[in-house]
Order: sequence, then structure tokens, then C-alpha cells
Amino acid sequence: MREIIRMIVVLTVISTVCGLVLSGYRRLTAERIEQQVLMNVQGPRVEVVLQGADNDLIADRKKIQINGKDLLVFIGKKKGGPYAVAYETVGKGFGGDIKVMVGYDLDLNTLTGVQIISHKETPGVGSRVEGRQFTRRFRGLHVNTDVPPNQCPEEIDAISGATYSSLGVCEALRKSLALLPKVKKRLQAFEDGSRS
Amino acid sequence: MNLTKEFTKGLWKELPPFRLVLGLCPVLAVTKSAETGLGMGLAVIFVLTCSNVLVSSLRNLIPRKVRIASYIVIIASFVVIVELTTQAFFYGIYERLGIFIPLIVVNCIILGRAEAFASRNKIIPSALDGLGIGVGFTMSLTVLGAIREILGNGTLFGADIMWASFRPFTFMVEAPGAFVSLGILLGLMNALSGPSRA
Repeated sequence: MREIIRMIVVLTVISTVCGLVLSGYRRLTAERIEQQVLMNVQGPRVEVVLQGADNDLIADRKKIQINGKDLLVFIGKKKGGPYAVAYETVGKGFGGDIKVMVGYDLDLNTLTGVQIISHKETPGVGSRVEGRQFTRRFRGLHVNTDVPPNQCPEEIDAISGATYSSLGVCEALRKSLALLPKVKKRLQAFEDGSRS
Repeated sequence: MNLTKEFTKGLWKELPPFRLVLGLCPVLAVTKSAETGLGMGLAVIFVLTCSNVLVSSLRNLIPRKVRIASYIVIIASFVVIVELTTQAFFYGIYERLGIFIPLIVVNCIILGRAEAFASRNKIIPSALDGLGIGVGFTMSLTVLGAIREILGNGTLFGADIMWASFRPFTFMVEAPGAFVSLGILLGLMNALSGPSRA
């Protein structure tokens, strides 16, 4: 009996101490890691999505709250005036979550582009959704395009052999389109606030 | 007790992966270039030394029946520290090593040293043992990575070093190339150290 108690106590203490140390260390590095992901993962993709913007996209990002969740919005400006936004949404692919960055031109009400931030699709099969061949099909799509649940819009052909992965991207697009009015409203409020 | 020997045995006599033939998974997977090999090696040195020290200092406290569980918790914690650190400060390496950083947890060299050495020895010899084995592992990975990178890509640490007309032998940076180069190196080492006593 005493041995069992000793085992439980030792293992509990070790695990607790390790857990505490790790959570502390995580908090310590969280900001740096966020910065690194911004520079290395999101940054380059945003630059593709919002091609033609002449501002520093990473510096001009804004964190807004929608439905109680944080959303990081990148704002593209031309000659100082904001004209485009891009943000990330998640769709379910074949192997897991597909994170997709969608950019919108607010003047033309069209998509400026789509980039895959991360995915867990089968290499060589589902991973083709990352390729330009697929992502460029979204460019120029109107923001009122109808994306039915579990389908891609008519204008987009799914990649043959990678239907689930393609649908995952379209699901992310559907969520993204649904957020757009709220994002616009929230950014408008920011603009008005900064002017007054 | 001969402390220098605890350190130097990891460099040749018990050189992993060639002598102990342990931890082959990362050896095969991350030696596509000298740089990734070195990065992986440094991560392993850190985890191995720290876990050896901690296991050794707790060796009289941990009951035998839960020792493996305790070692794994300790090792996993150091691995997470390495993962967060590389992610925060060396993002390029973090991306290239990918899943193999978390997989250090199940690298048998580390648990092997904790069980076979650190749990039976004092702190300083354990630290030297971890350091020595870690340095040996790093050397092996860097050498293997360098060979594969030079032959398979014509570069070393990313710098062009082969003559202009050199045609890279792509086979070497792919998975089968890892087996072939590991086998040749292993054979060479066996030939160099004479017929095995076994």
C-alpha cells in the first residue's frame, strides 16, 4: 500500500512540475512564435493574395472580434486608402483542417485571391489544392457567389482525385464569404473611430 | 571513476547510430542536408543532457515500477521546450525538421541512456554521458547529411562546393539514399575497427 501511494505521489509531482514549467515557457514564447508564424507563414501568403497593395501588410493588420472569436484581418491599401482585406478561415479536408487565406477587393466586390496556409492532405494527391493551378481559379469570383454546403461554386472545378480536399477549401471559402459583411462593418467602425 | 571516458565513449566506442545502432528513424529522415542533421543533433544534445541530469538527480526518488513513465514525462518536457524554442527563434529549421522534433520523445537513444546510465550513476558522469552520446549523434548526423547533400545536391550547408559540370545524384537525398549511405558508413566503420568480438 505504501509503495502504491509513493508511486502515485512521485508521478503526480513530476507531471505537475513539468506541466507548470511548460505552460510558463509557452507563455514566454507565445508572442515570438506568433510573430514568426506571421513573418514566415501568413505574411508571404497574404502578399500573394493581396498583390498590388503598396502598404506593409503585416504592420497594417488588425485583430477584430467576431462572434466572440478573434480574427486577424490584413488590410491592403493603395495610395493610403484601404481597398482590400484578407483573412483566414478553416475547412475540413480529407486529412484534417485546411486553413485558407481569402482576399477581397472591396471596391470591385471580387476575390483577389486564395492561398492555402496549412493543410494535412495526402502529399501529391490532396496537396495539389495548394498549387497555383487550383488556387488561381478563385481569383475574380464575385463576393455574392453562391457556395452551397458541401459543394464548390459552379465556377470552380474540384481537382479530380482530390474531391474532399477541394471541398475543404470551398467550405473555408463559404465561411469566409459569410464573415465578410461583419468584417466590413467592423472595419468601417475602426475607420470612423480613427477619423473622429 | 574516469570522467573523460564517460564523455569520449560516445564519440567512437558507443557512437550512436553506428555503434549502438539506435535512433535510426531521425538518422534516416533528417539527414537530407548537413544543416538539418546538425540542427537535429543539437536538439538531441540538449534533451539528452538535460534528461540525463534530471533522471540522475531523481534516481533515488523515483520508484522502480513507475520509472519509465517518469522518464518519459521528463524527456517529453525537454522536447517541448526544444520545440517551442526552435519555433520561436529558428523557424526555418523548425519547418524543415517538422514532426521529427516532437518525435525526439520516442528516440530510443534518450530513453536508453536514461535507463541504462543516468538511473544508475551520479549527476556529473550522467551529464558527461549525455553530452558525449549527443555530440556523437550530432557528428554522425552532420557527416551523413553532408555526404548526402554533397552528392545529392552538390552543396554543403547550402553553399555550392562542387565543380560546375557536376550533376547532382538526386537519389542520395531521397529515402533510399539514406539507407545506402548509412549502410556504407556502417560498413566502413566496422572495417576500420577490425573484426567484431561478437
